[in-house]
Parts: sequence; structure tokens; C-alpha cells
Amino acid sequence: MSHFGPKITELEEPFGLLTFSASAEDIIPILEYLNQNDRLRFKFLTDIAGIHFPDSKGKEFGVIYHLHGFENAVRLRIKVYLPKEKPEIPTASKLYASANWMERETFDFYGIKFIGHPNLTRILNMDDMDYHPMRKEYPLEDGTREDKIDALFGR
Amino acid sequence: MAKELEIIKTTSDALALNRPIEDDRELTTLNLGPTHPATHGVFQNVLKMDGDKIVSGVQTVGYIHRAFEKIAERRPFYQITTLTDRLNYCSSPINNFGWHMTVEKLLNVEVPKRAQYIRVILMELARISDHLICNSILGVDTGAYSGFLYLFQEREKIYEIYEEICGARLTTNMGRVGGMERDLSPTALAKIDDLIRNSFPKALAEFEKLMNRNRIFMDRTINVGGITAERAMNYGFTGPNLRATGVDYDVRAMEPYSSYEDFDFEIPVGHNGDTYDRYMVRNAEMWESLKIIRQAMDNLPEGPYFANENHYYLPPKKEVYRSMEALIYHFKIIMGEIEAPIGEVYHAVEGGNGELGFYLVSDGGRTPYRLHFRRPCFIYYQAYSEMIEGLTISDAVAIMSSLNVIAGELDA
Repeated sequence: MSHFGPKITELEEPFGLLTFSASAEDIIPILEYLNQNDRLRFKFLTDIAGIHFPDSKGKEFGVIYHLHGFENAVRLRIKVYLPKEKPEIPTASKLYASANWMERETFDFYGIKFIGHPNLTRILNMDDMDYHPMRKEYPLEDGTREDKIDALFGR
Repeated sequence: MAKELEIIKTTSDALALNRPIEDDRELTTLNLGPTHPATHGVFQNVLKMDGDKIVSGVQTVGYIHRAFEKIAERRPFYQITTLTDRLNYCSSPINNFGWHMTVEKLLNVEVPKRAQYIRVILMELARISDHLICNSILGVDTGAYSGFLYLFQEREKIYEIYEEICGARLTTNMGRVGGMERDLSPTALAKIDDLIRNSFPKALAEFEKLMNRNRIFMDRTINVGGITAERAMNYGFTGPNLRATGVDYDVRAMEPYSSYEDFDFEIPVGHNGDTYDRYMVRNAEMWESLKIIRQAMDNLPEGPYFANENHYYLPPKKEVYRSMEALIYHFKIIMGEIEAPIGEVYHAVEGGNGELGFYLVSDGGRTPYRLHFRRPCFIYYQAYSEMIEGLTISDAVAIMSSLNVIAGELDA
């Protein structure tokens, strides 16, 4: 951890899973270090998930990596926040082959661009779809309904 | 004598000499899927063929994408269980309990031992039924139909047990956040007992006798679709497919959940990572699952089958009609008004195909802020095009079958 020092922020451990944040420029060096360091050996990329916080300025989008070191049986969560004007992050697919489709899925749902990805196209949705459906501006709940407002539930 | 020049006449020669193919006019494009008997679900492979050899393949997925992650963002926690059923529909109870355990982790609910043991029994039954399908269908895809018929009789019995426990067969919606919805009935106990002690071991032994040393089956599967451990880990393989390459990673042993640490079982591994190894690992795992179920049945603890948590677990119906407090809790839980803390949690269970993970971000509202399913199929199916290069269609079908790609899990 000390190797990257100030580049790692918001270090915490919710529900026993070590979590920290990094910036989009640092993510690949950090992943490379975690993968190739002989003591850490985070050789397994469990998951990549996107997330959207429309209200947090400059950090609207998030990409969340879950890593796993089998030898040490340690899991790690890395979060990278991106501004909505430039939701771009370098690809991890050169390091982990499994990242290929996970990044395509994140692109498909959130429109986050993975720079250097070999084939950044939609994977689950139709190719001619012109929006990214998991963004919060597309609510599933019918906005005109009035029977489910917070006041009715004492909030 | 001057060294003879190697002249590449056809693409086959290029493949044999391990040269890049420069001219692909000779290649045939073949669609394997979306609806093809060998895909066992709806997904497509566009293969470039040179005669009978596969030069390259591109997988297309998403035909049955149902936007579960988006739908989950407006549903209360207990209503999401029905979505998890439809991920890997060959082993729905594992998905159901995996989801319940994720929510319990977030809510900090301690589930009593009896409920944990019942969950283990059902999850192992689900694992058996999942592996049964995979292995017997692998037999069908390589030309042996009878093993399939013997084993599906046993799968039917497992489905009858599900039916006895929750009323449904395929999309089980089993259990609740905080335990089980009802205790195991005497009929269910008798059926499980009969399955694990009488009928199933016999059928599985018969199936193994039919397949394991079968010359045709061995010729069709050994050294077909092998993958190295490093490559498999790089591609995010988990479950039997990773264990077939020799990596002994099993979530049940690595991060025991639901009292798996109480049971004595082994983690079978292969070493080539080929189709035969995957088949053998799955077969061995079924025996291990049987062992776990026997231990759980023998040591099934007495006591309640649900957690004493009024806020999260529905009160008994009788009390709802009589007591005001129970009625209030009933209403609040049904409306999704449980007090979920703010936080994020990742919980993984060993699904039929590997590590099934749930990444749940809660903002304290009635629904998840974000829910992501780590679906093992979706992640390891990427490797398929690499695995089939240079092989024939019949091998590609056997590999796909042994990878056990379930369309529901692939597309979410």
C-alpha cells in the first residue's frame, strides 16, 4: 500500500473487504503492481461494475473493480470515479483477459469508455440502442405515481 | 540441395504451419446458434470455417437479456429473489440463498444453525442437479443418449423435493431473508433420505460405469478444449471449470458461508483442464455433495428455522390476523420498508458454475441503489473462441457443453 501512498484515497473496510479509491490515470499502474508483485499476487479479477451518482459533482460515474488474491485469500475493491463530461478510463483487458466483456457490459449500461479496449461495443443490449439504460436518468418507476411518496412512509 | 520453399496453397496449410491466414476468401462463415440444439439456450457463435476446421469464432450474447440489474433497482429486497431464480435456472436455490445471504450480511442478521443446515442441504441438491444436467448432456452431445435418461430420473426426484419444500420446481424462490419460509416437512426429509441413500448413488455409479472409461467418450473428450491454469485464471474461470485445470479454488472452502466449515468434504481437481477433466471434476463433486448432504442430514440441529428478527422476517400468518404488532411488521416488510443500513457489500457463493457474486450498494432506501450480479458463465464464456480455434465443430459442441453455459446466467 505504501508503494502508491497519496494516490490511494478513502481507504476503508466495509463488511471486511478492503476498499480504496484511485484516479483514472493511476488505475492501470495500481492493477499492474497488484498483479505482478510477488507478495500480493492479485491474479484474479473477480468483477467490474459501473455505478452512477448523478448528484455528486465531478464524480458522476464510478467503475468498481473487485480483485482476489487466491494465495493470500484476500479480496480487494478499487473504486474509480469519473466526471460525466469525460467518462473515460484506460482498459484493464490487457492485464486481465476477463476484463474484456466486463468492460463491454459497463460501457453498454453506463456509457463509460474504456480507452484502448479491443472491441468496445454493446454486449447485452441491441447495437442500435441510443442510450445507456442503467443511468439514473432512466427511472423504471412511473414518475406520475403519487401513492409511493416518502411522506406516506414517515420519511 | 537447396532448401525447398514451403508454399502455402490453402488455408489448411497455413493452419498446419501455424502461419497467419492472409486470404480469407476460402473460409466459410457458419452460424452456430442462436437456436441450435448444442447451445442449450439462446446465444450465437459466428464461426469462420476452413473445411471442417474452425479458424476463428465470435460469440454474440444478449438474446435473452432481461435487464435484471435495472429491474432490481426498483424492487424491495425480498422481491429480487425471483430475479435470481432466473439466472442459473439449473440450480435456482443456490442463487436464492446467495442473495438472501447477501442481504443478511448487509442487515447483520444471524441465521440459526438449523436454517443454515437446511440451506446447505438444498444448495448441494441444487449443485447435484446442475452437474447432472451438464454431464448427462455432455453425453448426449458426444453421442451417448442413455446416460441422460438414467440421470434425469434422479433430477426429477430432486425437483420433487423442491416442490415439497417450496411448491415450485424450476424457479424456486426458496427461503426468506433471515431463514427458511417453512421447516422441512417429514415427507421432504423422507424424500431426501431416500434420494441420497438409495436411488441416487446407484444411478450415479451406473452412469460413471457407462461413461468414465468409455472408449468413444474418452476419445471425444480427452485433450479436447484444454486450457492452462494461468489462462483460465486470467479469463476469470471459477467453479468446476477452473478446478479442472488444477486450481483448488472453491468459495465453500475459501470463505465458508452458511456453516460449510462444519462439513468434511474434498475439493476435486483435474490437471489438463480439458473436457474430460471438467466432466470428471463435476462427477466427483456430485459424490462430495452427497457426502455433505449426508452429514447435514445426520447432524440436522433442532431449533428455529428462521432468525428472530421481527424487522426483516415475516411474522407467522396466524399472528398477523390476531396481533397488531405482527400486522404492522407484515405491512412494513411487504411494502419493502425495512431499515436497510447505508453500505456496500459483496457476497460470493459457489454456484453450479463457479463464483456467483452479488455486489449490493444500499443508500438506505427501500430498494438497492445498485445491484450487480457476478455471473460466472458470462465471464468464462469469453474464453470459448480461444478454446475452439483449430478444432472441429463436433469438438466445439463438446466444449460448449462441458463449460455448462446457461443462457439465463449469461445474459442476466
